[in-house]
Amino acid sequence: MRTPLSVRMFQSLPRTAWLALAIFAAIAWIAIPAAHLLLPESSPFHVSAYTVTLLGKILCYAVVAVAMDLIWGYAGILSLGHGVFFALGGYAFGMYLMRQIGTDGSYGVALPDFMVFLDWKALPWFWVGSDSFLWALIMVVAVPGLLAFVFGWFAFRSRIKGVYFSIITQALTYATMLLFFRNETGFGGNNGFTDFKRILGYDITSPQMRLVLFGLSAALLIAVLILGRYLVTSKFGRVLAAIRDAESRVRFIGYQPTQYKLAIWTLSAVLCALAGALYVPQVGIINPSEMSPANSIEIAVWVAVGGRGTLIGGVIGAFIVNLAKSFFTVSFPDYWLFFLGFLFIGVTLFLPDGVVGLWRKLRGKRAIEDTDTPTETPADAKGASA
Amino acid sequence: MSTALSQKLDAVSGNASGGHRVNPGELDLSHKVILYLDGISVSFDGFKALNDLSLTIDAGELRAIIGPNGAGKTTMMDVITGKTRPDSGTAFFGQSLDLTRMNEPEIAHAGIGRKFQKPTIFEQLTVFENLELAMKTDKRVWKSLFAQLASDERDRVADTLQRIRLVDEADRLAGLLSHGQKQWLEIGMLLMQEPRLLLLDEPVAGMTDEETERTAELFVSLAGKHSLVVVEHDMAFVEALGGKVTVLHEGAVLAEGDLATVQNDARVIEVYLGR
Ligand SMILES: Nc1ncnc2c1ncn2[C@@H]1O[C@H](COP(=O)(O)OP(=O)(O)OP(=O)(O)O)[C@@H](O)[C@H]1O
Ligand SMILES: [Mg+2]
Repeated sequence: MRTPLSVRMFQSLPRTAWLALAIFAAIAWIAIPAAHLLLPESSPFHVSAYTVTLLGKILCYAVVAVAMDLIWGYAGILSLGHGVFFALGGYAFGMYLMRQIGTDGSYGVALPDFMVFLDWKALPWFWVGSDSFLWALIMVVAVPGLLAFVFGWFAFRSRIKGVYFSIITQALTYATMLLFFRNETGFGGNNGFTDFKRILGYDITSPQMRLVLFGLSAALLIAVLILGRYLVTSKFGRVLAAIRDAESRVRFIGYQPTQYKLAIWTLSAVLCALAGALYVPQVGIINPSEMSPANSIEIAVWVAVGGRGTLIGGVIGAFIVNLAKSFFTVSFPDYWLFFLGFLFIGVTLFLPDGVVGLWRKLRGKRAIEDTDTPTETPADAKGASA
Repeated sequence: MSTALSQKLDAVSGNASGGHRVNPGELDLSHKVILYLDGISVSFDGFKALNDLSLTIDAGELRAIIGPNGAGKTTMMDVITGKTRPDSGTAFFGQSLDLTRMNEPEIAHAGIGRKFQKPTIFEQLTVFENLELAMKTDKRVWKSLFAQLASDERDRVADTLQRIRLVDEADRLAGLLSHGQKQWLEIGMLLMQEPRLLLLDEPVAGMTDEETERTAELFVSLAGKHSLVVVEHDMAFVEALGGKVTVLHEGAVLAEGDLATVQNDARVIEVYLGR
């Protein structure tokens, strides 16, 4: 009588969404690899290494945006420090990549270059095990997950909410950045990690590896979208929406809001960390500037541009903003931050529900009829009564 | 009341009177009393919102609480539901549950449901979903992640929808309901929790006369199986409830008895009814 979980996951997405995911998968796993490997560079359909890497990078950002939407759009918790989890995931995997360099570094010894430079004789204790791929994967999840759990536990238990919460998340990412800037911390100081050579012994710069990383990023995004959709349409998701609406009421009907917030908060952080771990081998570098407060604010901008509380909005926002960014930083590098600022103000003023909200409005879709979206955004509700 | 309190003391000091066994954490109604408040005081910045308040509610009773604005009626409910910790005094649910040591969700699980003075429902969820979330069940994260409505649970929601006359609104967003309907929805959420004790803070404010009448009927039908404490200013409604009435004034009980007795009490007329 009970429906199996896999079936319920399947049912939580409408048919059109499955179709869109299938098309996306075909492009990411078949079309782009074929166009990159098989077509000659002279062909207009050839996809360059630059493009594959750029798209792979944006796919990782899109995962972060969906993770952000889970807590901001659905649970009403605005984090302005999500960059720290992304970066820690990147660092955790970066440690493995540093160890994979082996004796091919500038000094020809097994110790990572920056340690030789600091005149260290042996690996610090927290680098033990970092040569194991499996250990690296565990650390990618465990370290950011634990940080998020402990931070969230204190913050939610003390009932810190709204803008106060946002501010302390900024402080969290800023403090961690300062910590990582120090050489003595043991993560390469302001240069971070770079000059990676191999993953699992395979050349990291080969087109095949590039496509594998790209394909994995696409797979992660698909998985996160399906998981996210299941969560927000489950009873768990409805409790989160209820907490967003009236937290004290939730308490009086017998739920412990702290535990619900902690669960979605920690999950969101872990998803960011996984994205960070895939991002680092693709861009070839990780340094503390990934944890700058501005980076975390940018994540919120992606979600706001795409549309909060929609999941797919995060993906759309991440693509729009980052494609614009790579255009600006090439053509008008000085104007990027102005553009970002105007974009954010413009969206806040004129598109409170982002691109997805605009799309829904244009299609005249009404909140009440939209039965496959159980948690409506406030503007949808207003739209329906108008 | 003093006998009830002495029974309470017996129960606390080793069950001298009864000799029955109770599972810890379970509601024990062996003395036919569901709620004891004894000597409760709460002050806000030196102002005593509750001043040595003592009150007992019998199991199955329907009690009305009246009193002027600021008498401490809402504060009393805050103490019972764990929202406010009293400065002094004891609050027991049945014989064994010390409410001053429990938090809000624990108290809700023990069987106390509350309707707020200002209707608080989940406006972004549908009427159905509001009732679903309130339903008595395991409310831990892990369970919610995999929860599925069983058909008997669906029936329970449907029953409640019928009772609160919101069948046709089941799939509407709760935020779009009229004020009276929101009050009913909140009462419905309370029923879904299957509480032993219902605390209702001004439940008919903003309702039409007909809605008020129906609410009184509903409460009367709930009494016996449940215990109810209803705070209300609407005297016709209090009369329709037909139970015992307690008058609160300046954080303490001023008078108690049936409505006619209370209405003829000179002090009550002076501080409340006569104005
Ligand atoms: N959190 C608080 N901080 C300071 N004072 C408070 C607080 N809560 C209540 N009070 C004060 O305590 C007194 C009792 O308030 P309470 O809300 O219990 O009254 P009430 O009997 O419910 O009145 P009403 O009929 O207006 O709802 C009031 O004077 C109120 O101003
Ligand atoms: Mg009140």
